[in-house]
Amino acid sequence: MIPTTNRIYLAALCLARAGLRIDSDKTYLLESRLGPVARREGFPSIEALIEKLRDGGDERLAWATVEAMLLPEAEFFRDRRMFETLSGEVLPAMARAAGGRPLRIWSAACGTGQEIYSLAMLLADAAGLGDRVELFASDLSERALEKAQAAAFSQFEVQRGLPARLLVRCFEKEGEAFVLSPRLRQMVRWRRVNLLDDVSALGRFDVILCRNLLPQLAPEAKDRVLQSLSGALLPGGRLVLGPGEAAGRGLTAIDPAIGLHAAATGDDVRSAA
Amino acid sequence: MTSKTCLVVDDSRVIRKVSRRILEEMGFEVAEAADGVEAMAWCAAVLPDVILLDWRMPNMDGLEFVRRLRAEPNGAAPKVVFCSVESDLDAIREALDAGADEYIMKPFDGGIVAGKLAALGVAA
Repeated sequence: MIPTTNRIYLAALCLARAGLRIDSDKTYLLESRLGPVARREGFPSIEALIEKLRDGGDERLAWATVEAMLLPEAEFFRDRRMFETLSGEVLPAMARAAGGRPLRIWSAACGTGQEIYSLAMLLADAAGLGDRVELFASDLSERALEKAQAAAFSQFEVQRGLPARLLVRCFEKEGEAFVLSPRLRQMVRWRRVNLLDDVSALGRFDVILCRNLLPQLAPEAKDRVLQSLSGALLPGGRLVLGPGEAAGRGLTAIDPAIGLHAAATGDDVRSAA
Repeated sequence: MTSKTCLVVDDSRVIRKVSRRILEEMGFEVAEAADGVEAMAWCAAVLPDVILLDWRMPNMDGLEFVRRLRAEPNGAAPKVVFCSVESDLDAIREALDAGADEYIMKPFDGGIVAGKLAALGVAA
């Protein structure tokens, strides 16, 4: 049982570093997420891990702890209709409007990569789109990014949302793991990004996906992230949130059931299609 | 509205029981067969909406069953989901080419079954 003061310390750490809203009363949650971190980092207990954190000075350990509290996006084709709408309607219309310019797509809370890889699998074989898209993916978690880039998934993971036909077409088996083909892996560029930081250096995007992260954030952090993501949209661009995630100011819901939003000033590419 | 039916074909009574529980929780009406021959007999009487099909079975294995089923009149109608310990991609490809709609690698859980059936549009 983690003492209250330490639970409050952890919640404050996660809030300050990543805007994460952690309910410090949820002891079981802290224990189940931090147990593996403590073991991996060689601490005899979660208590010892927290003591070390409170001594300060170990940045890497602080981030490893915060990352562990993030709920990763871990399903292929989560919300199938969103992927169908994106690849079947939104992106073809954007490609027509963009002339020869490549479309820039950013998975902003990519976790272990299932979201951006789902898109890569769909787009690679979509006539006229495969070589017209630039896929970017970022996450706060270094560990998640490492796993994403390795693109080696367990038998359990490849049965979450991934149709068997795509499994046999896009993956190779290496030992017990299913590894995405190099051709698809090479479509994606990766970077560690804390969405609370200034993201303007990343450039602007036609589509930004940020699903199921906002509900994990404190209100001020949520506003800040939404503002930077909206600001990173190209004119006519689309922000995809999780279903039912409220977007707030500066964004117009195009198809709320799949989280599709437009910058309020952007012209509606999809309805013009 | 009548509930959808699922035929569970597996020579292991334990697996049939586990599958039955998962499918009944999803609202399916469940029938069982212990091999391909029993499953063919069942399908000759009444075609289920979904067939959850093991691969290695005595008398008639899953691969032969699905080929024969697909050759029958109306045999294209049921959604066939293989459910096997076989996890090599060539084997999965063979099952899909033989006429299976989806493929589940054992061990599986209710979440995987529900996800696969939903993707095939046959949620009960």
